[in-house]
Amino acid sequence: MMGFDFVLYEQDYDQIQQVLHRLKEGANAQMVFLIDRNGSMVAFQGDTENIDTTSFASLAAGNVAATESLARLLGEREFNVLYHEGAGQNIHMSLISQRVILVVIFSNKSALGLVRLRVKQAANELERIFTSLMEKLERDRELIGASLNQFAEITDEDIDALFGGPESERDRGRPR
Amino acid sequence: MVFINYAAREINVKIVYYGPGLGGKTTNLQYIYERTSPDQKGKLISLATETERTLFFDFLPLDLGTVKGFRIRFHLYTVPGQVFYDASRKLILKGADGVVFVADSQRERMDANIESLNNLKVNLRENGLDIRTIPYVLQLNKRDLPSAVPVEEMLRVLHVKGEPVFEAVATRGIGVFETLKTIARLVLQELKKTTHAMG
Repeated sequence: MMGFDFVLYEQDYDQIQQVLHRLKEGANAQMVFLIDRNGSMVAFQGDTENIDTTSFASLAAGNVAATESLARLLGEREFNVLYHEGAGQNIHMSLISQRVILVVIFSNKSALGLVRLRVKQAANELERIFTSLMEKLERDRELIGASLNQFAEITDEDIDALFGGPESERDRGRPR
Repeated sequence: MVFINYAAREINVKIVYYGPGLGGKTTNLQYIYERTSPDQKGKLISLATETERTLFFDFLPLDLGTVKGFRIRFHLYTVPGQVFYDASRKLILKGADGVVFVADSQRERMDANIESLNNLKVNLRENGLDIRTIPYVLQLNKRDLPSAVPVEEMLRVLHVKGEPVFEAVATRGIGVFETLKTIARLVLQELKKTTHAMG
């Protein structure tokens, strides 16, 4: 269906952040991301200053989607874990509840075995959080819908404002 | 599917540019990228071949500001237009909130337009989406070329449901932002429609 299908509240967000924080510490990782399958960042932990997290999220989602299709070509349902090994940094990605991607970035100060162990623990916790989140979403659909009623009044002016005024210069194209 | 983050008061919207190969999908994104101020855009990512044909997708995140107290983040994607990349196209359509079809106005590309449009319908369906209900805009690109087919003739074969139509010359930016604005508005309006349907 169209419209919203994934709504994240503060309380769930905090819980997710706690899990990600524990995972980052426990796995001795540099960064931990949780990414929506469609490529949106849900939450992250670690020093991301030198990383373009938005691009990272979209590429990771593309990577997982492509890998999933590869699995199907082979008759596998999915490959649960993706692992990329670099000279200094490594990426571990896993799919959780068929809905979000958990990404751990770690250097050689950690080890794949440790990361896998900690990811497994975090995955169980995240699965619980997302199961209850989706149940809540189903239960509160009408309530959430009502809170989005403000979008019923969205006007052309609202949209123009987003794009920098009604007749912004870029609309007219490059000067010839 | 729109991802609403109440914690961050953020709405993530995915818009996909679809259409035949070499029709100007990537050019649309490049123009938007060039004409958007640095604080409103992320990196333009192109997964392309050596000859600059899109291999998997182009991606441009835009963060244009807030509507009704929510920060709206647009994620613009293109699909690879070449016929044999169908598996990739299907993946990128997954979870799309709106689609822009970039048609190539040249007469010799009319068959490719029709084929791509039919392919879009099929791939939307396979992703549980429907061209009749998804926010959708038709862009007729390359209007400046001598072999451009008259608009009425193009609409006869490409107009699916009375969707908004824009004539464009993406290389010069003509029609590019009008198209984007319109699909953005349709997607945001869809939020409220769903709301009403449920209420």
